[in-house]
Amino acid sequence: MIAIIDYKAGNLTSVKLAFEYLGIEAKITNQPDEILAAKRVVFPGVGSAGAARRNIVAFHLENALKTVVGRGTPFLGICLGTQIIFDFSEEDGGTKGLSLLSGKVKRFAPFAPPNFMDKVPQIGWNAVSIQRKHPVLEGIEDKSEFYFVHSYYAVPTIKEEIIGETEYAGVKFAAIVGKNNLIATQFHPEKSGRIGLKLLENFSGWTP
Amino acid sequence: MLTKRIIPCLDIRNKKVTKGVRFQGNIDVGDPVEMAAAYSEGGCDELVFYDITASAEGRPIDLSMVAEVARAVHIPFAVGGGISSVKDMERVLLAGAEKISVNSLAVKNPSIIKEGAKAFGSQCIVLGMDPVRVDGKGCKSGYEITVRGFREKTGLDALEWAKKAVDLGVGEIVVNSVDADGTLNGYELTLTKMIAMNVPVPVVASGGAGKPEHLVSVFTDGCADAAIIASIIHSGKYTIRQIKEVLAKANIPVRKKW
Repeated sequence: MIAIIDYKAGNLTSVKLAFEYLGIEAKITNQPDEILAAKRVVFPGVGSAGAARRNIVAFHLENALKTVVGRGTPFLGICLGTQIIFDFSEEDGGTKGLSLLSGKVKRFAPFAPPNFMDKVPQIGWNAVSIQRKHPVLEGIEDKSEFYFVHSYYAVPTIKEEIIGETEYAGVKFAAIVGKNNLIATQFHPEKSGRIGLKLLENFSGWTP
Repeated sequence: MLTKRIIPCLDIRNKKVTKGVRFQGNIDVGDPVEMAAAYSEGGCDELVFYDITASAEGRPIDLSMVAEVARAVHIPFAVGGGISSVKDMERVLLAGAEKISVNSLAVKNPSIIKEGAKAFGSQCIVLGMDPVRVDGKGCKSGYEITVRGFREKTGLDALEWAKKAVDLGVGEIVVNSVDADGTLNGYELTLTKMIAMNVPVPVVASGGAGKPEHLVSVFTDGCADAAIIASIIHSGKYTIRQIKEVLAKANIPVRKKW
């Protein structure tokens, strides 16, 4: 069973429906014991880092998250779930992360009229340049487009942990990061059509 | 590079997709779930559904339809019509929609934007607006907001309303030109560009697409971030792939594989 972690950070229905469509059993939960018992863990989320941090504390999820990642359970971060696994985010006046990966989370430069630049948040489909091979990306072509919705992006300290890169608002940012049994995407695979479903399917069969 | 989004709009009446010209003479064109699946397979980047009779009939939005669409497609979709509270928004999001579109409701009660953005994040709240050209009649930008399917003028200036809505927390604005809607003569470029250049959030152009070249214009001269299409594909005259091929030839970034 895959545990989809519910920490009141956005709507998880589409994540669950994507796994359901693939015929893979997944359960939305905020119970640490269910997370610890799961074969795989998905850590999604949209919203703000500060609120996410508060809910992780309120639901006593930090230990469970660190335990599953530490013991080798396949772990997939999505969007805000990806940002919060780093050390620190600039969002909400500075928010401490879970330090499962080393690095920080920064904001895109704001759109400043009258200069016509990239809008923030980035909303839409953008290409991901694959930097290194990964089993979860099996069968996914380089520069495939995925669906993004975000104003902040992760800057990993260790460049080798960047699996895929995307360009927006004048920066190349880490769109996919990974280390051992952990993989995390800034985009939403559950809303990225057939290619996104392929990534989720790969994840559900991945043995790190 | 971020690609320009092509968003088919499905107006729903009595559980059927319908299409009319300026909200009149509507004809049924198909089943919403089947059409959503077909357009998603055909390469659209997102979808939007408006339950166009929910408000008039004083009933909530058809949640079973939202849930069915969410099972059928795995791309983002927005839902509007028949939403009158944060609770309604929550129901629609939990049924699997990505975004909520508010229009007349937000004009009547702007704080709903703030409440919605606070509860679900700005990225969930889309402002739909229906401006009409009013040369020299009070509204500084030259466009006035209408509500209730263009039937009522509000005295609100389109640009001021757009800026206010951003301050309140909308994450995106759909600009549906009353003058261009259903004409198939092209988007209202002046209006689209004016809003797009003056708000920091993405602007979605709507109303008037009759051929692929109209989308080229709205992404270049109109400065739109995304474009809504309806009759151009509902009629079967063009496919999404054909539209995207024309855009790609004009060097406009589009998603080519799906």
